[in-house]
Amino acid sequence: MELGDLVRMARQIRRDIVTITHVAGSGHPGGSLSSADFVTALYFHKLRHRPEDPHWEGRDRVIFSKGHVAPVLYAALARSGYFPVADLNGLRRLGSHLQGHPCTCTPGVEVGTGSLGQGLSVAVGMAMAAKLDGRPNLFYCVNGDGELQEGQIWEALMAAGHYRLDNLLTFIDYNNLQIDGEVEKVMGVAPLADKLRAFRWEVVGVDGHDMSALVAALDAFPRNDGKPTAIIGRTVKGKGVSFMENIAGWHGKAPNDEQYAQAMRELADPEV
Amino acid sequence: MAKGLTWTIDDADHMTQAEIYGEVLTKLGYEYKNLVALTADLAGSTKIGRFQKDFPDRFFNVGIAEMNLFGMASGMAASGLLPVVSTFAAFAALRCAEHVRTDVCYQKRNVKIIATHSGTSFGQAGTTHHCTEDLAVMRAMAGMTVIAPADAYETARAVVAAMEWDGPVYIRIGRSFEPPLHKSMDSFDFEIGKAIKLREGTDITVIATGRTVPGAVEAAEMAANEGLSVKVLDLHTIKPIDVEAIMEAVMETRRIITVEDHNVYSGMGSAVADVIAASGKGCVLKKLGLQDEFSIVGYPDDLLHYYKMDADGIVEAIGQVMKMDFEADEDWEDEI
Repeated sequence: MELGDLVRMARQIRRDIVTITHVAGSGHPGGSLSSADFVTALYFHKLRHRPEDPHWEGRDRVIFSKGHVAPVLYAALARSGYFPVADLNGLRRLGSHLQGHPCTCTPGVEVGTGSLGQGLSVAVGMAMAAKLDGRPNLFYCVNGDGELQEGQIWEALMAAGHYRLDNLLTFIDYNNLQIDGEVEKVMGVAPLADKLRAFRWEVVGVDGHDMSALVAALDAFPRNDGKPTAIIGRTVKGKGVSFMENIAGWHGKAPNDEQYAQAMRELADPEV
Repeated sequence: MAKGLTWTIDDADHMTQAEIYGEVLTKLGYEYKNLVALTADLAGSTKIGRFQKDFPDRFFNVGIAEMNLFGMASGMAASGLLPVVSTFAAFAALRCAEHVRTDVCYQKRNVKIIATHSGTSFGQAGTTHHCTEDLAVMRAMAGMTVIAPADAYETARAVVAAMEWDGPVYIRIGRSFEPPLHKSMDSFDFEIGKAIKLREGTDITVIATGRTVPGAVEAAEMAANEGLSVKVLDLHTIKPIDVEAIMEAVMETRRIITVEDHNVYSGMGSAVADVIAASGKGCVLKKLGLQDEFSIVGYPDDLLHYYKMDADGIVEAIGQVMKMDFEADEDWEDEI
């Protein structure tokens, strides 16, 4: 997909996020919007996958360790063709395959997540298994910055460095907000890049909303240098919806009718 | 040779459950090319390290990081490997309860957990290193199979059976040397979910699991000298439970004592109680084990005695239950 198309797709995915959390009446728009550009670049530019054949053995795997951003994942999966876009309207409803947090009952979801800190370890296990079997699959994880406060994350980071898993990449959605406020005020994770390098990771810092930078960072992977890769994406929680941007309160709250209408106006494609 | 076995290890009379587990797992490594072994700095203690000698590339010591241990095992299982994870029961069932639930059971990952040092078998290490809650925790995990083998030979059979079993399995074994219950690895039938009838009897049934089974047999022999006929069931599988064997005991003896190196709340005895209650049949049930208390320190055998989980304690319980008079219930025959 061309750069302009990726930008348009990211806007579509943001509209989906706002729409489905509005329809569901609950959900997590803030972190979904902050990671939307990376997720778009991953699914529509980088990932080797076959949405019509979700269990294709040659596929790369994506693990959303920050599982609460299920809306951005579901939008990306639906727009990729894993299931009908209309399914999105069932989010969080009885009988739907779209739970509030990812479940393997959804086509394209590799790992059920939601309890923060657990996903990266699973990704490490998968990447290790591929190394053991000599398979060329690549493994992508999405972590939150607040999630890094979980001790297990550092167990997994240590293991990935130790086992030289250069087939593993994680994107850290560094929006500096968690439920109770600023990450640095609640429990600081800085200096993040230094910490990750000390754990034997290759670290790339990008503007997490600059599509060309995200594409370039993804294209540089894998490096085959014996080191796992972390992309630290500087992001804005709620990005794209003015009244949600940089407000921790939009971590897990759905827009009402009025807010929804305004958000959709702001996220409309510009007139050509 | 017993069904499904192509080889046996018959020199286990002087091996702990963990030692034979290490040997058996290594043999299985040649049969299952996708078998990988994982531990968190307890390669030596759990004996899973034996596997490393023959298969260094398929052995992963993730360091002192149990949460990552189970996460990695889940990822490996999702990728078609057959992970066997070993650590102490306290870490597998308590520290990593959520990881076992979410990463393993919820996602139906084919991970086999061999938890050592269960119950009070790590006697002298003290309470933090005992685990008298794991049966309760693991029973509550949807889709989990829970096994507590009685001796080294049964451990060997359970580990072999677990490889062919579809889905996650939790096998709790001890640390200490338990007197062998069986004569050899193929001298008995072992099937997951099927209790082993060790002794027939008509007065009372003792249902034991794990390292309390040899004491139950001894108690039955002691009681026989007093003229009592004691049936003994080795309930090695706590889930799925052998309803048929339990109901046979209910109908034959109307008196049941359960013995487990575990809290009596929500362990094997509770599982047996569920079966009895659902049947609508009358039966006395006395549960031996830790009576909702934390274990104390001591030699493993001394702890079995202290908590009345050994032959002496079981004989005492038999006496108590036999004294109970429920012949007064004249309707019993009708209820049967």
